Amino acid sequence: MRNILAFIIRYHFLLLFLLLEIFSVALLVNSTYYQSSAILKAGSRATGRFYTSVSNATDYLKLRTTNEQLARENALLRQMKGVSFLKNDTSSFWVNDTLYKQQYKYIVSKVVLNTVGKRNNYIMLDKGSRSGIQKDMAVITSNGIVGTVVNVSENFSWVMSMLNKHTRISGRIIKNNQMGTIVWNGIDHIYGTLTDIPAHVKISKGDTIVSSGYSYIFPAGLMIGTITDFRVEQGEHFYTIPFKFSVDFNALQYVYVVKNLMKVEQESLEKSTEGIKDE
Amino acid sequence: MNRLVFSNIARFITLVLIQVLVMNKINFYGFLNPYIYILFILLLPFETPGWLLLLLSFFTGLTVDLFSGTLGLHAASSIFAGFMRPLIIKFVGEKPDYDITTQPKLQQMGLKWFIAYALLMIFAHQLFLNLLDVFSFDEFWQTLLRVIVSAFFTFLFILLFEYIFVPRKEKQ
Repeated sequence: MRNILAFIIRYHFLLLFLLLEIFSVALLVNSTYYQSSAILKAGSRATGRFYTSVSNATDYLKLRTTNEQLARENALLRQMKGVSFLKNDTSSFWVNDTLYKQQYKYIVSKVVLNTVGKRNNYIMLDKGSRSGIQKDMAVITSNGIVGTVVNVSENFSWVMSMLNKHTRISGRIIKNNQMGTIVWNGIDHIYGTLTDIPAHVKISKGDTIVSSGYSYIFPAGLMIGTITDFRVEQGEHFYTIPFKFSVDFNALQYVYVVKNLMKVEQESLEKSTEGIKDE
Repeated sequence: MNRLVFSNIARFITLVLIQVLVMNKINFYGFLNPYIYILFILLLPFETPGWLLLLLSFFTGLTVDLFSGTLGLHAASSIFAGFMRPLIIKFVGEKPDYDITTQPKLQQMGLKWFIAYALLMIFAHQLFLNLLDVFSFDEFWQTLLRVIVSAFFTFLFILLFEYIFVPRKEKQ
C-alpha cells in the first residue's frame, strides 16, 4: 500500500496528465460521434446566449448584403406567384388539387457561430427543438445546401457544415443526370470535391451540381456548386471533380432548416421493405 | 502573491475573450487558426506546481472548447502543452536562481529565450491539436502545413500581445 502511495506521489505529474488527457479525448470522441453529450448541451445553452448577443451586435455590419439577398429572393418568389402568370384559358373551374401535397417545410434561423478554417466545421443556429428543429434535417440558404442538423437543444442546434470530414451528400450533375458523392478535402472552404462519377461519362467545366433528392433529408434540385476542373487519378475508374460551392460558407447569416413532412412514412416503408427482403 | 493571482485571472479572461471573439473568426484561405489562449499557460509563474499547471491547462482548454463547440479538442491539446512545459523550459534553459519573482515573460527572460520557449510550446500545442482534429495520418503534409502556418501566426500575435500589455513599471 505504501509503495503504491509512494509511486503515485512520485509520478503524480505524469499520472494526472494521463488521466486528464484520456478524459478529454473521451469527451472529444463522444461529442464527435454521438453529438448528444450532456455537457455540450449544457455548455451550448450558456455560450449560445453569449454568441446570440454578439451576433445581434455584428449583424448591423452585414445589413446591406442581407437586404440584397432578401430582395433577390423576393423577386424570385414573386415570379413564381400565380399573379405573375398570364392566364389564357376562358373557362374557369375549380380543382381539388390532390397532385401536389406539401412535403417540405422551411424554418428560418440565424447563424450564431460558424467556422470554415478547421478540418471539421460546425455551425450553431439560434433555434432548437422548441421551434420544431430535429436531428437529421437539412440546412440550406437561397444559394444552396449548407449542411445537416446533428444535435439540438431546446433553443439552439448544431449543424454539421458541408466543410466536414464526415460529409457524404449525394449530388447529381444536371446535364447528364450522373450521381456522385460530395466530400470535402479540408483545404479550401470555396471548393468541394465530387467523387464516384464513372470515368467513361462525358463532363465539362461549368456544369452544375445539384442535390439528387435520393435521401430523406435534402429536397431534390438544390444547388450545390459548379464544376471547375476534373481528372481521373492513375489506376482509378472514377473522376475526381473539384467544384466551387454555390454557398459562401464564410458569409452565412440566415439559413433555412428543411423539415421533410413525409420522412416518417418514407422510413417506415423502407423498414417494412427490408422485412420482406429478409423473408 | 495576491497580485500575481489577480493578474493571471485578468489575463485568462482577456485571452479567452480575444480568442473567442477575434481569433476564431480569422479565416485566411482556411488554413490560419491562431490559438493565442496558449499564452496563459506560457506565462504562468515558474513556481506553479505540476498538478496545478495541468489542472489550469485543462480548465483553459475546456473554456475555449465550450465556446467553439469542439468539446475535448482544446482541452486535450492544452493539457499536452501544459505537460510539455517543464520539459521545454528545461530544454531552453532554466531561469536564474537568484530571483524568485522572475516569470517566463519576454521582458524578464529576454527576447532570444522567449522566442525559443514560445515557438516550441506553440508548435507542440498546434501539432497535437491538428492531429487530434484530423484523427488520421492520411493527410499528414496538409496537416503539417496547417500547423506551421497557424503556429507562426499564433507566435506573431503573442509577440504583439506581449509588447502591448507591458506593465508601466517595467517599461521604464
